[in-house]
Amino acid sequence: MQLARVIGTVVATIKNDSLDGRKLLVVQTVDRNLQSTGKPMVAIDAVGAGVGELVFWCRGKEASFPFKREDTPTDCTIIGIVDSEQHVTR
Amino acid sequence: MILARVVGNVVATKKNHRYESARVMLCQQITPEGEETSYSVLALDSVDAGVGDTVLIVQEGWSASTAATGKVGAAIDSAIVGVVDRIDLL
Amino acid sequence: MIIARILGTVVATQKDERLSGKKLLIVRPINVDGSDTTGYVVAVDTVGAGFHERVLVVAGSSARLAQGMKDVPVDAAIVGVIDTVDVRQ
Repeated sequence: MQLARVIGTVVATIKNDSLDGRKLLVVQTVDRNLQSTGKPMVAIDAVGAGVGELVFWCRGKEASFPFKREDTPTDCTIIGIVDSEQHVTR
Repeated sequence: MILARVVGNVVATKKNHRYESARVMLCQQITPEGEETSYSVLALDSVDAGVGDTVLIVQEGWSASTAATGKVGAAIDSAIVGVVDRIDLL
Repeated sequence: MIIARILGTVVATQKDERLSGKKLLIVRPINVDGSDTTGYVVAVDTVGAGFHERVLVVAGSSARLAQGMKDVPVDAAIVGVIDTVDVRQ
């Protein structure tokens, strides 16, 4: 899992049926100092996150586990919203 | 999946028994334009590929294991799953 | 998942039989601003994507979870055609 900032949204009308109704967000991974690191990714939202929020995401097949786990093709899912930047203790 | 050229094969008498059903091929990744890249990889053959062939390599455990051995759970991370006839670029 | 653009197609007659009838496309990952990155991946198309479209690609074992990809040996699948990307930075 990694910390990330939600920086945008993606709209895709034509999708694999198994992604119907899922919200797609662009996330920029950040390091422990909340500075951007690496390239932005597209993630499915499992928690109701919005643009600007600090979140954490899970990669790999495990990313499908919050949904119908055998039927949701995602390798990047937002699984938590960090309460605030002050809630990242370091 | 990636595109690669088969450049040789590897003979290993002593190897994990799950590898016994397939040949271990030495492959060099190519660009879509056909140029060899610096990435070389060993992949189990499942489609009778030969030296000089352009092939399609899958790099995911379940897929590689079932393609090369017909069963899940082998310690195989790359398998040749297709011999490429043609690449058409836009 | 990554955003990518379609570079071309791959034709392979001799292939794992579970790939029969699947359309193989070469895609290049792009940045959120639309600029190219390096590299490419061959992905199975599950949505009928057209050339010059921006697509959503899922990689790894998750690619097999897309509808129509069950028990297919793939590590990358096109699962969406992108209409818009809005980024606030």
